Amino acid sequence: MTGLQDRLTPEQVEEFGRELDELRQRIVADLGQEDVDYIQKLIKTQRGLEVAGRGLLFAGFFPPAWFAGVGALSLAKILDNMEIGHNVMHGQYDWTRDPALSSQNFEWDTVAPSDNWRHSHNYIHHTYTNILDKDRDIGYGILRMDPDQKWHPYYLGNPVYATLLALFFQWGVMLHDLEVDRVVKGERKWSEFKEVRAKIVRKAARQFGKDYVLFPLLTGPMAPLTLLGNASANLVRNLWAFSIIFCGHFPADVESFTEAETEEENRGQWYLRQILGSANISGGKLFHILSGNLSHQIEHHLFPDLPARRYPQIAPEVRAICRKYGLPYHTGPLHKQLFSVARKIVKLALPDRRQPEPEPRTVVGDRQPAAA
Amino acid sequence: MGKLASVAEALLTPHGVDRYLELVDPMLVRREIRGRVTAVRRQTPSTLTLTIRPSRAWRGFQAGQYVRVTVTIDGVRRTRCYSPACSQYRADGQLELTVKAIEDGLVSGYLHRHAEPGMVLGLSEPDGTFGLPDPRPDHVLLISGGSGLTPVLSMLRTLADENHPGEVALLHYENEPADLPYRAELAELVAGRPNFRVRFACTMTERGGDLHGFFSRSHLEQVAPWFGEAETFLCGPVPLMDAVRKEYADEGLSERLHTEEFTPPALAAADGDVTGQVRFTRSGKEFANSGKPLLEQAEDAGLRPEHGCRMGICFSCTQLKASGPVRNLRTGEVSAEDNEEIQLCISAPCGDVEINA
Repeated sequence: MTGLQDRLTPEQVEEFGRELDELRQRIVADLGQEDVDYIQKLIKTQRGLEVAGRGLLFAGFFPPAWFAGVGALSLAKILDNMEIGHNVMHGQYDWTRDPALSSQNFEWDTVAPSDNWRHSHNYIHHTYTNILDKDRDIGYGILRMDPDQKWHPYYLGNPVYATLLALFFQWGVMLHDLEVDRVVKGERKWSEFKEVRAKIVRKAARQFGKDYVLFPLLTGPMAPLTLLGNASANLVRNLWAFSIIFCGHFPADVESFTEAETEEENRGQWYLRQILGSANISGGKLFHILSGNLSHQIEHHLFPDLPARRYPQIAPEVRAICRKYGLPYHTGPLHKQLFSVARKIVKLALPDRRQPEPEPRTVVGDRQPAAA
Repeated sequence: MGKLASVAEALLTPHGVDRYLELVDPMLVRREIRGRVTAVRRQTPSTLTLTIRPSRAWRGFQAGQYVRVTVTIDGVRRTRCYSPACSQYRADGQLELTVKAIEDGLVSGYLHRHAEPGMVLGLSEPDGTFGLPDPRPDHVLLISGGSGLTPVLSMLRTLADENHPGEVALLHYENEPADLPYRAELAELVAGRPNFRVRFACTMTERGGDLHGFFSRSHLEQVAPWFGEAETFLCGPVPLMDAVRKEYADEGLSERLHTEEFTPPALAAADGDVTGQVRFTRSGKEFANSGKPLLEQAEDAGLRPEHGCRMGICFSCTQLKASGPVRNLRTGEVSAEDNEEIQLCISAPCGDVEINA
């Protein structure tokens, strides 16, 4: 089996890392007003959609208004969580020194508190991407998403757990920070999560209160319709976010790594792992925006703090670098990636039929960099 | 209103009311303070006087204090301190800021080029302890140079509004007559007030001002022969400050001299500059800069700041840098902005640096 270190020679890794650093540097130097205008315009659109959606639900007795309201509110929540929240909280706009765009201050429209998420996502997942037993996003402590996770009868429920997670995704992300699975296994103590729990309770109460109590009450006799509308918008957002995120790391060809493989890795090797552990989704401009540009998961994992609107711009270069070094660049349309993820979820629910077969860890092809 | 506002906050959670209001009009925000420029006046080639109507969170200021003014330049918010030059009792509640163009000054240069009525600026609560004591001293002497004029001018105008009965004198220094601002206003202010006196001194020319040359004992005696019984307020460039301080020390009057430094923005340090002291204000730890990233320096000093990836990815270690130049080790860029959020793990100090942690 080919280890991570065997993909490129030390000289190649160094050169490869340098090329990516240069690419990053070029974009950092180019950041400016256009990037700020872009995110401000998106925020304005998001706020507009939210106000429109909430407003339309006041006329929810009229079915077209109800559907339009749910649509607008769903879009607002998707934009808030993906292209705005996720990206702002990655520090992509910290360079603007605008407190409203600060990674430390931003709070998003989901029950998961940004503080907790910054730890589990920005730190744990983005530092230890796809390292088994370190990256808790592999299966989120619930699912078997990698053949190297040892099978257990519990995993027969894999498709059911995945479906539930898709439906209640925001609550799943919230609970993810509690590491319940580790507490159950006795690896960590419940008391260690006191602070995390307090934040969860506060945030969830506010979100729940807004969507399921205050706004319904405000619409008086239509309260049940408003509640249903808000729940629907949350559901749409949940399904969408789940789909995009699962397509980013779990299609068939994406690789995972062992702790041993990644010990003392240098910057170039870290970049390499990000590329091998991520997958893109192809699509149009609107699709990329609605996915928070996580459709460019590879570029995002290489440069999590570059404004996401730059990912489409640099994608061809990243792809060219991958080709040069004989590295895979996983991408495909949403339906294909989703199907690949679904198949994996079902397949991994069952015990391995044969001895774990060596996954295709090496790309067949010329591993010598092309002459520059 | 309070109840309504908190319901609105709850409905608009997690972003809050201001983030919606500002999209309608940036001046509608309730928590932050902003100001809309209502008038722009260029008194001298190098000064720009802005009249600003602050948003409703503004609670006024005391003469001598400063406010932090924020503008967005090429997508980045830049903040500088300016002292209002108007009386603290100004009738229309507006603020007057006089901004001197500094060579290579990012914010002052931007304002000089772009300020026009309608422009919205970020403002802070007023800050600073440079100010007139209460009750007012009987005799007050104000000495200023260049942009140091604004805080003492505010004191002068405030004392005029209070109909202060004692002696009040202002001694202001500029290089040459063309640089002297506020001449007409000050002539008018002293006109009906025999106990108020204003004298302009030009350091570089022999003509045009009331006095000439650098600060001297003779200037002091001409403007305020009673300076020994006065409280003196001083703000200006370092050489002026030093000269006045020395004179007052010689006279044994140091306790009656109140000063405000306006330090020019720290210059970006050259490559590989490992100098200065690093201070973590909340923990009170201070140590000599070793050149390592701030996170490591803090840890070496026995602090345990929050951190994550230690490689600039996760933003767990982001802290507010109060002042001082730091180098971003990933981009090589040096920044000396005050009150800037930095990632401790990839920022190395190059000079005196203060972190609010």
